[in-house]
Amino acid sequence: MTTVETVTGTEKTMVLNMGPQHPSTHGVLRIVLELDGETVVKAVPDLGYLHTGIEKSCEDKTYSQVITLTDRMDYLNPLGNNLAYCLAVEKLLGLEVPRRAQYIRVMMVELQRISSHLVWLGTHAIDLGAMSVFLYCFREREEILKIFEMFSGQRMMTSYIRIGGMALDPPPGWRQAVQKVLDMMPSRVDEYEELLTQNPIWIRRTKDIGYISPEDAIALSMTGPTLRAAGVPYDNRKVFPYSSYEEFKFDVPTRTESDCYARYLVRVAEIRESLKIVKQAMEKITDEGPINAEAPGIIPPQREKMKTEMEALIYHFKIFTEGFSPPPGEAFVAVESPRGELGCFVASDGSPKPLRVHFRAPSFINLQALPKLVQGQLIADVIACIGTIDIVLGEVDR
Amino acid sequence: MHSLFATKDDLYITLAKVCVLLFVVLTVNAYLTWFERKVVAHIQSRWGPHRVGPHGLLQPLADGLKFFFKEDPTPAGVDKFVYHLAPLLALALALTSIALIPFGPDPIRWHGHDIYLGIAPLNLNVGILALFAITALGVYGVALAGWSSNSKYPLLGGLRSSAQMISYELTLTMSVVGVLLMAGSFNLRDIIDAQARHPERGILGWNVWPQILGFFCFFTAAVAETNRVPFDLPEAESELVAGFHTEYASFKFAMFFIAEYTSMITVSCLCTIMFFGGWLSPFPASWTFTHYLPSVILIPSGLWVIMDGFHYETLFGRIVLPGIGTAITALGLALIVLPHQYNEFIQAPFWFLSKVLLFLFVYVWMRGTLPRFRYDQLMAFGWKLLLPASIVNVILTSFVILAKMQWGHP
Repeated sequence: MTTVETVTGTEKTMVLNMGPQHPSTHGVLRIVLELDGETVVKAVPDLGYLHTGIEKSCEDKTYSQVITLTDRMDYLNPLGNNLAYCLAVEKLLGLEVPRRAQYIRVMMVELQRISSHLVWLGTHAIDLGAMSVFLYCFREREEILKIFEMFSGQRMMTSYIRIGGMALDPPPGWRQAVQKVLDMMPSRVDEYEELLTQNPIWIRRTKDIGYISPEDAIALSMTGPTLRAAGVPYDNRKVFPYSSYEEFKFDVPTRTESDCYARYLVRVAEIRESLKIVKQAMEKITDEGPINAEAPGIIPPQREKMKTEMEALIYHFKIFTEGFSPPPGEAFVAVESPRGELGCFVASDGSPKPLRVHFRAPSFINLQALPKLVQGQLIADVIACIGTIDIVLGEVDR
Repeated sequence: MHSLFATKDDLYITLAKVCVLLFVVLTVNAYLTWFERKVVAHIQSRWGPHRVGPHGLLQPLADGLKFFFKEDPTPAGVDKFVYHLAPLLALALALTSIALIPFGPDPIRWHGHDIYLGIAPLNLNVGILALFAITALGVYGVALAGWSSNSKYPLLGGLRSSAQMISYELTLTMSVVGVLLMAGSFNLRDIIDAQARHPERGILGWNVWPQILGFFCFFTAAVAETNRVPFDLPEAESELVAGFHTEYASFKFAMFFIAEYTSMITVSCLCTIMFFGGWLSPFPASWTFTHYLPSVILIPSGLWVIMDGFHYETLFGRIVLPGIGTAITALGLALIVLPHQYNEFIQAPFWFLSKVLLFLFVYVWMRGTLPRFRYDQLMAFGWKLLLPASIVNVILTSFVILAKMQWGHP
């Protein structure tokens, strides 16, 4: 096994400790590099600096309370985490979520994907020295976060997707707000591409950097844009559709070069595809209709009902004091997060608290390809490679 | 021969000039940071500094004070002498190089002395060579800082910049050979005068047109030489934390900082002198009405500052900004009202400063736009593209000059 301690260096090489405090390790990742001049001989990532014990904490919360913890895992994709967890619990309970709620979920998750890719593009660009792109991306992300705030009252830790449906009905005026983002984004994405895609310095910095063969990528169980840039068109939204994705028309962008530039192009193309999905979802969402499944005892009853019906009041009390108990069993659901396949495993022993919750975190699994990507490259390329894997340390360490 | 210290008065005058230049350069440096932050901010659709003083105009002062009062720790295991020497060396060399730049052609007459703008003697016949010699030494500051810090990121930064500065030094020197051939002199004044051989051509007489290739080589090499984006590898923040000055804090860091900005100013001055006619006006000499251009620019911009000041949010701004505006407007008016020779005198510094400011703007503009090169690509770019291009430029220029001598074109 390769651990950090095995990197000792020789007479000809130097050991450089990159991180956990470093401007561009995207959080508290530590990589120990063995360098020959500036060429990387060996790279060993060291994880665990952001370990928060989220999975363990889940075992001490009721099923509904866990949702707030999932928000904080991959903090660029809270809605996607909510979705993965809720789908798993719904599978355990055998709940059927109304169509309208499913469309809202799709729309929100795709908006989240755009905002996550914007953060990725911005930070990746600033890693390579293109400072302005960073601020342009965050400017647009702000508009998307405003939509989240409008829907759920929160910008980041929304907890908007709940077991069996949604927390709230879409607010008045949401169509205009989403339409505004839809109208704005294409030209803004063009703007980023104008600054980067044909820029000779950008191409030199990313082309043929961090190559990984499709075979290796599959062997390392990489997923997401990193895998699709290697030419494998694997996308959970297409392969195992969930939450009514089968009804949406969109392409899965792939490239075959499998370098940093290809990963950049795939992600930019994904922003455009997500915009398509958001547009379709907007058309599908009706103004009236249920947003929660018919499941008394699991979905908190409406306020009005509680004032007139005894049953509703009892359910309300039961849900918020004790929670609900799914039948004993296990469920696994995988969704496509902006970083790859986000899986959620939930096991129940028939009590109101989950026996075990585990997340298949795409950041964590993609990160193991890093030593392979940077082998024989320069220090500057290490930064580019970390950037294009698109890790979120909150998810890596959980 | 004109000597620097022929009399005691000359010595005092030179000392006074040194003090004035030092003051001006350091102030310009400080406001260059403000200018850079403001311009980059607007490129990135932000406001930039706007809290300290009206439009953040006191920000450089606050930054300077902060540098003074910061703790200045010396890391364990550093080579103490070299560690302290490096920032001093960097700053001293950067400031020395600016002493060789002439800022205007005409002397100020004062008690029987001709005081020229610029510290170097008039007929310094090795001008450009001396300048390159001093800037070439600048690499020592960076390399020594990287080496003595006893830390790995500075070491890599120091190595990078030594390699980079030495390689680009070559291109920098080769790319001006064309200009030197055309002027037939190393003296910076002669180089400017050579561009005024045909006063009627104005902007078309400048070296930038026949030496366009040389200019591009020179400017690119100059950006690399001053370690600025897209060649800011020695201090590439996202890779090497802060490169060679990672272990420096407080005033020692400020010294590196000032050195970098001073070299930016020097290089912009050089670009102006070598390729853009120095203090020459871009208009033909017969267009005397263009001599009122400084007033035409100063008066409206002064009025605009006054207008802007009246609407400013803070009371302090509403007092200070109109004051500044009034001063600018008054200066513009004075140039019209006062005797003619004042307006004539201001022409040269006006054009010189405008051109330097333009180059500084280009520096900042690039910072807001371009990503960063990789180390090996930078080297390949310097050795395989820029250096051959500048050598080709030298050969072409000498060929043309020889042909002109041979077949007697004017």
